[in-house]
Formats: sequence, C-alpha cells, structure tokens
Amino acid sequence: MDRLKLVLQYFQSNSESISNGICVILALISVKLYTSFDFNCPCIPQYNKLYALGVMFVPPVILFFLGVIINRHTGVMMEEWVRPIGKRTKNPAVVKYLCSAMMQRSLLAPMVWVLVTLLDGKCFICAFSMSVDPRHFTGIPNNTGMDLVRLMAKVPCKEDAVFHNSTFRKAVTRYVRCYSQAIGWSILLFLILLGAISRVVKPCFDHATFLQTRYWSNYLDIEQKLFDETCVLHAREFARKCVHQFFQSMQEDMQLRLQLPPPHCHPSHRDEECEDEDHLHGITRDEQVDRVLHTWYSCRPELDVTKTAHQPKVCITWEDHNGRTLFSDV
Amino acid sequence: MDKFRMMFQFLQSNQESFMNGICGIMALASAQLYSAFEFNCPCLPEYNYAYGIGILIVPPIWFFLLGFVLNNNVSMLAEEWRRPTGQRRKDPAVLRYMFCSITQRSLIAPVVWISVTLMDGKSFLCAFSVNLDLRLFGNGSTPDLAKADLVRLLAKIPCKDVFDGEQVVSREAASRYLRCISQACGWTFLLLTTLVAFMVRAIRPCFTQAVFLKTKYWSHYVDIERKMFEETCTEHAKSFARICIQRYFESVGGEIQDFHGQHFHRKDKSEDEGEKTKGDEDKLLGIRAQDDMNKVLWNWHTCKPPLNIKKEDFSSNGTININGFSNNLQKSDPPKKEWAVYYSKV
Repeated sequence: MDRLKLVLQYFQSNSESISNGICVILALISVKLYTSFDFNCPCIPQYNKLYALGVMFVPPVILFFLGVIINRHTGVMMEEWVRPIGKRTKNPAVVKYLCSAMMQRSLLAPMVWVLVTLLDGKCFICAFSMSVDPRHFTGIPNNTGMDLVRLMAKVPCKEDAVFHNSTFRKAVTRYVRCYSQAIGWSILLFLILLGAISRVVKPCFDHATFLQTRYWSNYLDIEQKLFDETCVLHAREFARKCVHQFFQSMQEDMQLRLQLPPPHCHPSHRDEECEDEDHLHGITRDEQVDRVLHTWYSCRPELDVTKTAHQPKVCITWEDHNGRTLFSDV
Repeated sequence: MDKFRMMFQFLQSNQESFMNGICGIMALASAQLYSAFEFNCPCLPEYNYAYGIGILIVPPIWFFLLGFVLNNNVSMLAEEWRRPTGQRRKDPAVLRYMFCSITQRSLIAPVVWISVTLMDGKSFLCAFSVNLDLRLFGNGSTPDLAKADLVRLLAKIPCKDVFDGEQVVSREAASRYLRCISQACGWTFLLLTTLVAFMVRAIRPCFTQAVFLKTKYWSHYVDIERKMFEETCTEHAKSFARICIQRYFESVGGEIQDFHGQHFHRKDKSEDEGEKTKGDEDKLLGIRAQDDMNKVLWNWHTCKPPLNIKKEDFSSNGTININGFSNNLQKSDPPKKEWAVYYSKV
C-alpha cells in the first residue's frame, strides 16, 4: 500500500511539476531571447510602428504556441475531447479544466516577453517617437532640411548623424521610455492582483466539483502514461518470445537433441516466466495487438475494476490416493 | 513496481531522450556555428546574391542530412523497408510514421540556423543591397552616375570599410532598413513553423488517433525486436564459443578432466557447473552447427517469422516445444489446464 502511494504521488507530482518546470524554462528562454535579439528600429516613418508592434506581439504568439505544443496535457485533453464515448461517459468539466490549466501555463512566457519589452522601452520608443509633440522639448535641430515627421522618426536611432549627441533626442527618448515603463508596471500589477483575487475567491465557488474534476484530470494523465508503459513492456515480451520462437523453428531434428526437463524448476526461473506471461496478458498475435489498440481508442472501458481488484486466487492441492496432501498452494 | 518503472524509463527514455538530446545538441551547435562563422560579404555585384543566399540555404541542408546520419533509426527504417515480405506482411503506415519522426527531429537544426541567420540580417543585407530603392535613401543630390557604377556602389553597402559613397546614399539607413526586413522575414518564418508544428501536434488527435497508437506501438516493437535479436545472437555466440572451447579442451585432455571432476566432487560446485552447462545449452537454443547459425542469420532477413507466439500452436504442431512437455504430457486442453501445464514439470 505504501509503495503504491509513493508511486501515485510520484506520478501525480511528477507530471504537474514537470509542466511547471517547462513553463518556467520557457519564460527564461523568452527573456534570454529578448536580450540576445538585436533590436533594429528602421527609423523610417512608414515602417517604425509596424516593426515595433511586430516585435512586441509576434514573438508572444510564437511562444504561446510553443507552450501549447510542449505541454503534455494538450495531448491528454485533445484525446479525451475527441474520443468516441464507448463504455465511459465523457465529462466536459474535465476537458475544460485541462484546457484552462494548459492555457494558463502557456500564457506565462508571452506575458513575460511583453512585460520585458515594455520595461525595456525600445519598442515603445520606436513606435511612438513620431507621436511626441516636439514643442515640449528644447534643442530640436532645425537645419537638416527634413520635415518634422521624418525627424522624429529618427529619434530611436542614436548613431544617426542628425542627432549626434543631441539633448533633444535623449529627452524625447527618456519621456517615451517613462510612459512605456509605467504601462509595463501597471500591467504587471493588474495581473498579480487578478491572480491573487482568483486564488482567494475560487474556493468559494463549487469547491467540491473542482476537487472531482482535478482528480479525474490527473487520473486521465496517469492512465495514459500507464497505458504507454504497458504497451512498451508488452512489446518487449512479444519481441523476446518472437525471437525465441524463431530460433526454435530453425532447429533440425529437435526431438533427438532435446533434453528432458530438469526435475524441478528453479523457483526464480519460474517466477520470471510467470512474470513474462503477466506482461503478455494473453495477447500473442499481431491482430490481437491491433484489436487491443483500436478498442482502447474507440471503446474505452468503464471505470470499474471491482472484478480485478477482488479476484479470488486459484489454489491447487495435489493429493495421493489416500487423501494425504502431497503439495498445496494454500 | 519500482523495478518496472525503472525498466520502462530505461527502455522508453533511453531511445527517445537520446534522440531528443542529439537533436537539441545539433540545434545548439548550429547556433554556435553561426556565431563563430565569420561572415564575409564579397561586396561585388556578381557574387553578393550567390554568397548571401548560399549562406542562408546550404548549411541547413547540411544539418538536415547530418541529422539523418546521426539518427540510429534510419538503418532500422531502411531495413524494414527493404526486407522481403516473408511470413510477416509490411505495414506502410509504420514506415511512414518512422520516416516522419526521423524527419521532424532532423528539421530542428536547419530551422534554428535559418532563423538565426535572418534575425542577424547580414546575409540578407549582402544579398539584396543592390536592389535598394534610391528614392528612399538618396541623400538629396544624386550625381549622375552610370548604372554600372551605381550598382557597384550599392554592392559595397554591406562592407563598412570599403564603402565610399556617403554623398549618394546613407549606408547606415540602408543597412538598418534591410536588416529590419530580414528580421521581419525571420519572425514570420518562425511563426509559420510554429503554426505548422502546432497543427501537427495538437490537432492530429482529432483525425487519426487509433491508427497513430497502432503505428507507434509497431514501430517501437520493430526497434525492440531488432535489439532482442542482437542480444540473443550475442548470448548464443557466447555459449556456442564456450562449449566449443570446452569440447576442444576435453578432446585434448579428456581423461584428466573427468578424473578431476570425480575427485573434487562437491555438491554445490557440481550443481553450479551442471546448471551453468545446462544454462549454456539452453542458450544455444538447439543451434549447434555453423551452417545452422548461418541459416538462422540468413532467414532472419529473407523470411521474417510471423507475429504469432500463441501456445496452442506449439502443442498442436508437435515439432516445436519450449519446455519439453510434448515428451511427457497427456493430451490436455491448453487454455483450460494452464495450471496443470506448469505443474507437469514436477
């Protein structure tokens, strides 16, 4: 019982903590990606906004889809959603729970990217430098012969010849960055408040149903893992027996060369063979294997293991003609 | 339970995580290779495009082929594809599955190279600087340059130290513009790749889940069976060699061996030796001649056995038996009397 509990805990915590770990790693990757990305504002009026908003919003979409792809629960959820009913009714609450858990984890890395972008400020400066009213700032260079829009569009590019060491450029940059950081911090505060309120308020609503759906979604995850595990073990035993049988079939004049079986089998050898039989579960042909896999998908069995859990053990007793017990399993 | 867990992890994770590890290492290697590579645009009108596009396209092809070379499953796929049908029919779905999984893993390093190249922008700048529109970047007064001279000037834009046409076109603005387009292409490429991967991974269960389970099982089975066959052959070779050498020594000093065997007869030792010899004999699986072994290996490729290891076939066939029970078992019904089958060895 203890060992079973340990195994279950390992399965349960392992799956969730692995998903959380991957989620955090993806968030760290998004920060690293931003710092290694060489932001390159074009400083041309028509393209500034497009480039900057593209850099702010396209990578989060990519990171979101990556988060969904990497998450194990996506496969579990899709399979549960799409499978035929078979002998097991579907619970839409479980699918919804899995979906929301997957979405929450996948949204972390995109939010991190957007926040880092806003706190850094380069995107904002590139996008909105043209919207700043230059009259608030002194020192605007007016001998370049360029119109105002083109001039303001060059503000994000510090190595440009127009704004060589200009205080005007630095002032405008600082102003827009300030806006950008204010928006970034506000979004962060809002998200944290939202998270805190939902954590606090959630148990007030339908907690019992929540416990049930959480249990059954964990169950689905574990069941799929165990099914894969059983398939692997079965394949191994199947392969071993197949190869063994192949070698046997290549023998010539086997009857002559075969030895008599030993007087009694070594106990450990018998256990090993019994274990092999257990792994095969009576599935010994390719059509049977195909049927097992097809039925697993199209007609999921009911959630009732009463018959197997309380299976009576078959005991055999050998008696001689006097009724004396020679050997007994009891 | 724990033993099975560990065994499963070893079986499953060894193959897959090994392949994933190689895949990840190749992706990192491709990023590192790009940063270590010294990009060297020729800055000549005739060669810029070829060099720039060549750097973008040729290393990904090389990484893709390298992925195939490093992947162990390629030889397994080729073997399964080319073998004669024998007693086991071939399933094209399994071959397709194996090919798809190998291709997916091999595509990661090329995608990383292409995205890093596009994000950096140098190859784009080198390839497309001659196609620049001067109306956007002309510095007001455009002296009347011949077309060929203009093209040669534009081709020098990627090379900072060679460029000498600051009056005609602003090099900084032009290179910024081209790099911006290159980065936009890079992000678009990444977005498309991610969307395709998302479709394949997340939407696939809607369509072919039952078939997918089947093909995954059988492709894994083919891999395990190959390993088991090699293991069995190795064990057989070992036992074959051991008994061969033993017989040889016995044939040379036969009397001495028996004498020793009789004199130093100790219960446990003789039992051990007896069991060891019996173990070796068992491992030989009845194959005791070179020709037999050659036949085994030849037939393994040309005529693979059917996938059927049911016990009923053994007793009804009569010629094949594993535990020798056809020698001393009465005619009993195998499915019902399974317990009796085991105990008949007593």
